[in-house]
Amino acid sequence: MQHKQVIIIGGGPAGLAAALELYHNGVTDILILEREKHLGGILRQCIHDGFGLLRFKESLSGPEYAQRFIDEIDRLHIPYLTDVTVLDITADKKVLAVSKQGLLEFQAEALALTMGCRERTRGAISIPGTRPAGIYTAGVAQSYINLANTMPGKNVVILGSGDIGLIMARRLTLEGAQVKAVFELQPYPSGLPRNIAQCLNDYDIPLFLNHTIIDIKGRSRLEGVTVAAVDEKFAPLPGTEKDYPCDTLILSVGLIPENELSLQAGVELDQRTKGALVDDSYQTSSPGIFVAGNVLQVHDLVDFVSAEAEKMALGIAAYLHSHSPQSTQLAIRGDASITHTVPQRVSGEKDFTLSLRPSRPAQNCAVQICQNERVIATQTFRKVLPAEMIQIPVAADLLAEAGDLEVRIAC
Amino acid sequence: MKEQSYDVVIIGAGVIGSAVARELSRYRLRIAVLEKELDVACGNSSRNTGVLHGGFTYRPGSLKAECTVEGNREFDQVAKELDVPFKRTGKVVVGFNDEDLRNILKFKQIGETNGVRGLEIIDKDRLYRIDASAGGEFAMYSPASGILNPMQYTIALAENAHANGAEFFFASEVTAIENSAGRYRISAGNQHFSARWVINCAGMNCVAISEMLGISGHQVKGFKGEYFVLDKKAGQYLNIPVYPAPNAKGGFSTHATPTIDGNVLIGPDSYLTDDPDDFAATRDHMQGLIADGSKMFKHIKRDFFIRNFAGTRWKRIDPATGEVLDFLIESRADKPGIVNLIGIESPGLTCALPIARRVVGRIRDREQLAPNPSFNPVRRGIPPFAGQPRERQQALINADPNYGEIVCRCETITKAEILRAINNPLGVVTVTGIKNRTRATMGRCQGGYCETRIAALIQETLGSKETEVLYQHAGSYLFTGKVREDDHHAA
Repeated sequence: MQHKQVIIIGGGPAGLAAALELYHNGVTDILILEREKHLGGILRQCIHDGFGLLRFKESLSGPEYAQRFIDEIDRLHIPYLTDVTVLDITADKKVLAVSKQGLLEFQAEALALTMGCRERTRGAISIPGTRPAGIYTAGVAQSYINLANTMPGKNVVILGSGDIGLIMARRLTLEGAQVKAVFELQPYPSGLPRNIAQCLNDYDIPLFLNHTIIDIKGRSRLEGVTVAAVDEKFAPLPGTEKDYPCDTLILSVGLIPENELSLQAGVELDQRTKGALVDDSYQTSSPGIFVAGNVLQVHDLVDFVSAEAEKMALGIAAYLHSHSPQSTQLAIRGDASITHTVPQRVSGEKDFTLSLRPSRPAQNCAVQICQNERVIATQTFRKVLPAEMIQIPVAADLLAEAGDLEVRIAC
Repeated sequence: MKEQSYDVVIIGAGVIGSAVARELSRYRLRIAVLEKELDVACGNSSRNTGVLHGGFTYRPGSLKAECTVEGNREFDQVAKELDVPFKRTGKVVVGFNDEDLRNILKFKQIGETNGVRGLEIIDKDRLYRIDASAGGEFAMYSPASGILNPMQYTIALAENAHANGAEFFFASEVTAIENSAGRYRISAGNQHFSARWVINCAGMNCVAISEMLGISGHQVKGFKGEYFVLDKKAGQYLNIPVYPAPNAKGGFSTHATPTIDGNVLIGPDSYLTDDPDDFAATRDHMQGLIADGSKMFKHIKRDFFIRNFAGTRWKRIDPATGEVLDFLIESRADKPGIVNLIGIESPGLTCALPIARRVVGRIRDREQLAPNPSFNPVRRGIPPFAGQPRERQQALINADPNYGEIVCRCETITKAEILRAINNPLGVVTVTGIKNRTRATMGRCQGGYCETRIAALIQETLGSKETEVLYQHAGSYLFTGKVREDDHHAA
């Protein structure tokens, strides 16, 4: 059994940023474990641009963004292993992994969980119909096109207006496929406005809100889908059914933080984010186990992922110094106007960034953070969208010693 | 085209055809199995609950009753021989009211007449101790019932038959059968076969084949049932199949069943269909499954949904009365050389080997069968990595480093297992074929992580073009071509 100060599980954007930040804070006994053959995570297949606008003030592709971190990891000789899959982690921070050389066992002082997320599937949303070939989640289609040089199909319908689906609408169009339409169950898009503009509007691909797929046809290969408008309870409206012949259905219906390992270690999850409950150090309910990135909450921008992972790294560095468990002084609660907050608890002792998403679009509103019936921080927005994560810095000196925090969006 | 000559042609490579092939391969016979799909178990053999039945709902003296009890009793031995994971979990048939109790007691009586051992009525406390997640005020407990993976069982039977000399022909839909001079000439796919014996194991297509064989008058009716597959996270709550009390005719509605692999199945319900290819999930029935399934299993929630599927029980019907009839194993004096199996539906999985032995008996009635001296009843599956002790896992990697590369994250399936599945004895290379042999893509991400890797391994291993990679059926291509042609002249 090898001993390491910090083991980082996952070499995507969160894991890489965490490793660098740990290193810069004097924690150098680090090991990154990555199941793929290369570092970079899902960014490797994201060859479109728009990454790094906040962080680097330039528009990079996914691989370019990742490479900036990988180059730095290599330059500093931060150790990593690829082609290694973690099978099990424990609450006392033992890690069991597997490689072609055999099983690997580690004992870490702290664990950084940066495993990212997975896509919600057809089965998860129970779409009726047959089960032919030609139904892909957006990320799988992206991998086939961008990494495997294979075209998944030619006549495409997209369900869900998540960002990867929007990106794939454009990608498939550029590669000669005909993308007939994007259908979204909600009354508003799930993806970023810039992707609606650049991936649909620029290519005249129609977006139908309040619509869903009610049937799938085809025995061998997909032959078509039936679409219907839905009412406010998402029930299909009779008489609105329309058939769309197609050979390919792309699903972009949500991302789920990949917390299977976290659960093995007894990490407590938040039912709303499907990620861990964390404090302002990004420490979970299991002492010494920290999480950041899409395994904590699904982000819309990788720049936010990197920043979050860096804050987690500072939390880990402080933990290694003091070995203090999660601070639990102040709970943070949101009302119905927001879907969740991260973190869910804060110490009140240091500045933190509060991440949240609005539960519905709104205009001319303010996010208010209150304690003991008093607004301690507020930030105004011309508009807020569920697709766009809101991040609000909160200074510790504004907080009273006692009293949970309440967060709401007031319009 | 040259005609290929056999002693026996078996039509259909479901669990029945595969079991018949395996039992016939005990004898010195040339055996061909003709299957219209690209793999075994593509029809209802892969579309059922995966339960080894006890035999308490079938009419005493019926073939269903006889074969179920026989198949149940021998299954520990069969599972061991064929290396098929199997658990004798027992089963509870739960009731809520007096009518349920009357039906349960009636079927307990039937079960006892059929020779089912260990049936007992249990109260709510005992039911709770057996399975805290089960609904019901009382139950009949059947300790002999069990669970298995129906695809793996069918594959195991077919592989064992193949190892003992039976030949499997896929993509070989039978289109015509002629009888001349005591031999049957069969056109299937692009090939012609001849045989002294034809065994109709065509399952849902049994009547069509029967008519090609010159036996008309049979009728089957499709009772379709839909299912939800729940995540293994739901599996932790359910130890044992939980069935509702049967209706007066012995039919069960939606039940909750743990699978041998750790998931939970909710279903099937039951409604009529005319289409042998109708496996679509439908919105209304999905909602019904949730409502009815929740009575059996308390932990149904949307977070657990990972997949839906449907199957159809093609029951033999009395054309005059519409009554459901028993399994039929038919051989007629005026049609020598034919064994016609009609209406082999549920519990066909449990009955496969007993039915196969009766088919062999029909042949033995007419001719002497010489034993196959090299017959070996033992078949070994692909050694799994998941769920093994660490020393065993390390030994597997030491022997084959590909056991150290995880391809399917949710189910912890390694590259070594995928490669063995691609190189399987039956020569099946579809994504579904690999899934049924290894469980890859069957987890909660449904192939989001591993499908791309499996497609790449199929292409690499077989040197096939991307357009040749198939999902399941003929024509179920995954790719329309390359995004860019390789350009070796690029600067």
